[in-house]
Amino acid sequence: MKIHEYQGKELFAKYGVPIPKGHPAFSVDEAEAAAKKLIEETKSNVVVVKAQIHAGGRGKGGGVKVAKGGAAEAKELAQKILGMQLVTHQTGPEGQKVRRLYIEQGLPIKRELYLGAVIDRDRRRIAFMASTEGGVEIEKVAAETPEKILTVHVDPVVGIAGYQARELAFGLGVDPKRFTKLVGALYELFVKEDCSLCEINPLVELDDGSIVALDAKLNFDDNADFRHPDWKKLFDKDEEDPVEMEAKEVGLNYVSLDGNVGCLVNGAGLAMATMDIIKHAGEKYGVAPANFLDVGGGANQEQVTKAFKMILRSPKVKAIFVNIFGGIMKCDVIASGVVAAAKELGLKVPLVVRLEGTNVELGRKILNESGLAIQAATTMADGAQKIVAAIGGAK
Amino acid sequence: MSVLVDKNTKLLVQGITGSAGSFHAKQCMEYGTQVVAGVTPGRGGEKFEQKVPVFDTVKQAVKATGANASVIFVPPPGAADAILEAFDAEIPLVVCITEGIPVMDMIKVRRVLEGLDGKSRLIGPNCPGIITPGQCKIGIMPGHIHKAGNVGVVSRSGTLTYEAVGQLTALGIGQSTCIGIGGDPVGGMDFVDVLTLFNEDSSTHGVIMIGEIGGGAEERGAAYIKANMKKPVACFIAGTTAPPGKRMGHAGAIISGGKGTAAAKMEALVAAGCKIAPTPSDMATTLKSMM
Repeated sequence: MKIHEYQGKELFAKYGVPIPKGHPAFSVDEAEAAAKKLIEETKSNVVVVKAQIHAGGRGKGGGVKVAKGGAAEAKELAQKILGMQLVTHQTGPEGQKVRRLYIEQGLPIKRELYLGAVIDRDRRRIAFMASTEGGVEIEKVAAETPEKILTVHVDPVVGIAGYQARELAFGLGVDPKRFTKLVGALYELFVKEDCSLCEINPLVELDDGSIVALDAKLNFDDNADFRHPDWKKLFDKDEEDPVEMEAKEVGLNYVSLDGNVGCLVNGAGLAMATMDIIKHAGEKYGVAPANFLDVGGGANQEQVTKAFKMILRSPKVKAIFVNIFGGIMKCDVIASGVVAAAKELGLKVPLVVRLEGTNVELGRKILNESGLAIQAATTMADGAQKIVAAIGGAK
Repeated sequence: MSVLVDKNTKLLVQGITGSAGSFHAKQCMEYGTQVVAGVTPGRGGEKFEQKVPVFDTVKQAVKATGANASVIFVPPPGAADAILEAFDAEIPLVVCITEGIPVMDMIKVRRVLEGLDGKSRLIGPNCPGIITPGQCKIGIMPGHIHKAGNVGVVSRSGTLTYEAVGQLTALGIGQSTCIGIGGDPVGGMDFVDVLTLFNEDSSTHGVIMIGEIGGGAEERGAAYIKANMKKPVACFIAGTTAPPGKRMGHAGAIISGGKGTAAAKMEALVAAGCKIAPTPSDMATTLKSMM
């Protein structure tokens, strides 16, 4: 789960990671009021108006603007940014609508640095990465000048050690005392809030030597939501794909893709492999998966019905491939769910079904007796070929 | 011969009175696995299915029954604790089926595991488990698709393991042991650990290795194969068509920062002498062509 910059900064403040003064705003009037308040608090006329969307690259896309002429100018900028369709390298060409703003004090920045914490799955530890190359895409730094990224791995028994923090501080050339405090606070936040990513880009050094988090990008580990009831308040449904959200609510794993074949599969690995085999068979003919959908191992008929309905409702779907290797998941449950959904919404596109595993005979019987136009496939490869043929590609 | 489990394995089921635990404990017993004990805190003294004694703690269960393997069906909030309890009771093989354990919990578990000096091994979490066909099934895989034989299967994905096993059995090729190592970013045994066991096992003559996008476990496996493997290895990597930045079901299956792509994994495996199945329908035939 992702949260907004202003929400991340509220957590930074709670744990003691230094941030600039700022206030969120949901309307132009609120933005103006926030700017007035900031100017009073800071005795400076410089405020920054920042679009709040989950994607990165907001500055380049025109979603972050500096107002040097006080609250009136901030209001003008807010008018421009609020409601705009912000396009960045992470949003895709259609962009993301800006519905929230963050009004923040402007600061005398000396240097822009980078500090990030992630789960390093190869080392099975939390890794802290720091670089003097802040304010730019860190992936680019990692690819072109990997020597400019310093990394330390944290032993969970010890926490981030003083020497590790100093190693990073001396590498960055910042005050080690201030940095050790900051990175310690960030580690505590990362662990207690169950983050999977925590990135400050840029972390800035000011003229007086202090260091401040100018940005906050936090992702949470979805598996830990049972111990974070407060995450519900941080969740912004406007930033999510509505179909993916609907799937999540009923316990399904769904990811929208660009193709034309709806897929219903049990198991994440098999679902990915099904996408692969459709593309393998159909690439030449413009046939590609429209979604990743894993109904999981323990879905009931209701969930399967819901899943199949989601596929049926998608206008881009020109054919559907149901691929099941029943283990815990019984083939008859899948068959009943598919039939129930197709009867309710009507089946207007070709449907290819491959069933294997537990209760396969019963499942096939349910499909055969349904009266639906279903093409049975014997293997995944056979199914993929039938799908391609159904869309009018292969012979 | 087989790897890690056989007909002498004595299994303890942690979470045996829960819905998943009781269902699968029964399935394992029907397959022929010796289920000797169950643990559910607060339910000690009961009997599961009128014969399997239930204990409050893992230590009590091990002391009374000599269990030498444990399978965990405890829900996510208590699953990491259940793994630690099994480690503390010095159970040599711990298999955690539970899906959805917070990664922060698994980082701690992994740290403890690394300090055990090999006294315990962990399979999973978020995995189907381990089976030696005809002898011992520990986990949630459908037993009936398996056949005893000489091919080892190791996989990060549950249903793709079944797919590979189904293909092998259809060709008349049996399996020595099949191990699902799980789809989480931080877990127990990885490809290198399992490949090492298969390499040393005289009953395993060839291996199917099934990976997926995300992380570097397949690349480490490839390095091991290149340096040590004496047996043919056929591979499939799921997620060739997965877009970067999207989590494909498994917490671990995500391409991030340009790392963990299927193409990079396949390249490393081919360089190590493995053959890659062109589609997931060709896993068994690919291995057959190498044996």
